[in-house]
Amino acid sequence: MKIHWTQNSKLLAPIAETGHCGIFLARMLSGIRFERELLISTLQQTYLIGARSLVIIMICGFFVGMVLSLQSINALQQFGASDQVSLLVGKSLFRELGPVLTALLFAGRAGTSIAAEIGLMKATSQIEAMQLMAIDPVQRIALPRFLAGLISLPLLTAMFNAFAILGAVMFSIGVMGLDPGIFWSKLQTSIYFSKDFMGGVWKSVVFGGLVSLIAVYFGYYAKPTGEGVGTATTRTVVMSSVLVLIFDFIMTSFLI
Amino acid sequence: MKDPIIRIRNVLFKRDEKVVLDDVSMNIGRGKIVAIMGPSGVGKTTILRLISGQLQPSKGSIEVDGKLVSSLSRRALYDCRKDIGVLLQNGALFTDLTVFENVATPLREHSDLIEKDIEERVMAKLESVGLAGTEELMPHSLSGGMARRVALARAVIMNPKIVLFDEPMTGLDPIAMSTVGRLIRETNDQLGLTSVIVTHNVVQMKRLVDYCFILAGEKLIAEGTPEELMQSDEPAVDQFMNGRVEGPISFKYQNAASSSATSPS
Repeated sequence: MKIHWTQNSKLLAPIAETGHCGIFLARMLSGIRFERELLISTLQQTYLIGARSLVIIMICGFFVGMVLSLQSINALQQFGASDQVSLLVGKSLFRELGPVLTALLFAGRAGTSIAAEIGLMKATSQIEAMQLMAIDPVQRIALPRFLAGLISLPLLTAMFNAFAILGAVMFSIGVMGLDPGIFWSKLQTSIYFSKDFMGGVWKSVVFGGLVSLIAVYFGYYAKPTGEGVGTATTRTVVMSSVLVLIFDFIMTSFLI
Repeated sequence: MKDPIIRIRNVLFKRDEKVVLDDVSMNIGRGKIVAIMGPSGVGKTTILRLISGQLQPSKGSIEVDGKLVSSLSRRALYDCRKDIGVLLQNGALFTDLTVFENVATPLREHSDLIEKDIEERVMAKLESVGLAGTEELMPHSLSGGMARRVALARAVIMNPKIVLFDEPMTGLDPIAMSTVGRLIRETNDQLGLTSVIVTHNVVQMKRLVDYCFILAGEKLIAEGTPEELMQSDEPAVDQFMNGRVEGPISFKYQNAASSSATSPS
């Protein structure tokens, strides 16, 4: 059998694109210079993509906590173990749902906005203007957004988890009338810092890097047209979501 | 021509196997305003991109102020670009920055000036393009002519040796067109620049430039002063300069490859 390496090969295109994305990441990281400008623009981007995603993250976290406790109590009641609800909610939140759902929401809210913004800068020749001014757009545009994603997602995951616990407390204690003391003590004794909490933190750091890398990469290589920008944003959401779930499985199998 | 600042030698440029420029040679003199003219899609913008090192020729060489841009590394190319200002067709202002920050960007990036000196230089440049008082405006609130003047101020803020203009007059009203034309002449003469303008506006070319190159059908078909070209009896030059429909330069669409191969000019 002979495999011909062509640019249009459907079989090899994803591998070639992964390699290209890796080279883009290496180019971004190899040129890092820790200067004031980078700090300022990273903080600005952390505000734009992180702080501005807070409301949606808090609302979603709250309702995920409520529905999780509703389902858990419903299932546990059959075994007379509804007081174990905080254990179930806590484990599933810190280990899986917190990092994964926050990453998916982040991809939809911030990933698309990064890809569209960079794609539009390309369509309006701003990236070209930067290159012509001897400014590297990968360092100036892509790097601060990538770093901001890396910083923002763990913090957003923490907020998601906090509001999910709040939702669970309100439903379990406020609506279902569970004992608050049992709820909090079960949560405290069943959640382990290194395994449950830090496992979720590592996942969210990886997902943050993954989503923001995909967003800056697709934005930077978007075709400079309206359609190209649209395609870049769609691909960002689709690829981020798929890869977050794949990486979640891989990381869980090592962390469990 | 004595001591040209830009030398383009026997350049062949292909895109997707389609020849865009074939055996094109040009010498652009120091301190001059030079126009590169020709029908749409002939490769005028491609020449600007070859000069700025954004594109590489398939054959031939491009020398800018003694440096062979067609064979420079990325870092050396970026160093070389510090001596080249470029005004793109739509101005390409950074939409998230104010007028002041747009003009200050090259200074902040490539100089060690303190904030007070940056402010002085930016304000002086904005004053020179007639836009004092607009420093806090955002690009979306500027008219096409104003945006082009801000882009001009940004292109010359580092006092480059060469400024490349890609269709600087396109889409402007006659007054804005004359204003931008006058500013290009003043800036060129005051700062001792060399300006290369891509245009197909024959009227503006006659008023503004010192020397002109005409491209058609992948080749350089003529060069000379505007007066010489206006009096030329070469059929292709006469057709282009006088806007005649009939003549050797075809107006018809040729094939898909040729239309996709040429850059918008």
